[in-house]
Amino acid sequence: MKLVWAVIAMIPGLAFTACSRNSGVVKAESTRKMAPDFALKDATGKTVKLSDYRGDVVLLNFWATWCGPCQIEIPWFIDFQKNYKDRKFAVLGVSMDDDGWKSVKPYIEQKKINYPIVVGTEETSQLYGGIDSLPTTFIIDRAGRIAAVHTGLVSKSVYQDEINKLLDGKDDGGAIAEPAKRGALVDARGAAVLFPR
Amino acid sequence: MLAAPPCFSQGNVLSIAPPSKVTAKAGATVEARLTAQLRPGYHCNSNTPSDDYLIPLKLTWTAAPLSVAEVVYPKPQMEKYAFSDKPLSVYTGDFDIVTKFNVPASAPPGPMIISAKLRYQACTDRMCLPPKTVDVSLPIEIVK
Repeated sequence: MKLVWAVIAMIPGLAFTACSRNSGVVKAESTRKMAPDFALKDATGKTVKLSDYRGDVVLLNFWATWCGPCQIEIPWFIDFQKNYKDRKFAVLGVSMDDDGWKSVKPYIEQKKINYPIVVGTEETSQLYGGIDSLPTTFIIDRAGRIAAVHTGLVSKSVYQDEINKLLDGKDDGGAIAEPAKRGALVDARGAAVLFPR
Repeated sequence: MLAAPPCFSQGNVLSIAPPSKVTAKAGATVEARLTAQLRPGYHCNSNTPSDDYLIPLKLTWTAAPLSVAEVVYPKPQMEKYAFSDKPLSVYTGDFDIVTKFNVPASAPPGPMIISAKLRYQACTDRMCLPPKTVDVSLPIEIVK
């Protein structure tokens, strides 16, 4: 019976693996991959390169004007940009609107977005594994590595926790830093799922 | 809990059931019904979305020699989602779109296929997919 419950306990973790871009946990440093660089124009025509932000913690948000859940997050990101900008933090928005600046420029003005927005391309999307759900947000550490990924709407506090961990340098506590012990399995969150002896 | 939540590569979450052949009398009007099926958990904006920024459902026909008299969309549902503080005008599940065609008296009798594109933009209560277009083919038999 214990074995059955152990397997059942793994199921949410397995489901999570299928959607592992929404971990809600800052990855251990050793497991982070470099965020692919890109160079895109902002609303003023200035080229914005992700690599120019090296040394900052970056919240990289893929969004679109037609995306309802994205509308909820944008005011949070405006707050983050305002509240954390002096701590070497930046928000960078990548709009995936097909009609580009025609929709995006008025939206930036209407929402008073205080962080850089660029218009993404299919190539940008593919760099990040093919962004086909919005919002998709990457939290990038000071070394330019992806520390967390969220697909879909998550809570403001999740972002705040992750940003604060990275800003405070307390970001290497991820459970997956510990190798799995013999006789144990590790679910997608890195938590050990122990089978009974 | 057993099913993994949708995340990537959903492709088209809306499909159109293959429509039955329509018999159209030259000089008359005829109706064609398309049944759209949305994947459970998803909704798409109706043809009259609640906000300007939302992308409407739109059926566009290339119907010559027939002409489109009217596209009748179903009555939308008003649904509340986590990301919106007011109910949104949406479709969920299965729904029918009816198109009324005028068939010219000069239309040559015989079989033909007319086509349409259904553009939609779908979301769950937490995330959205980019707008997509589904191609539709409608077999028609024009009779005198």
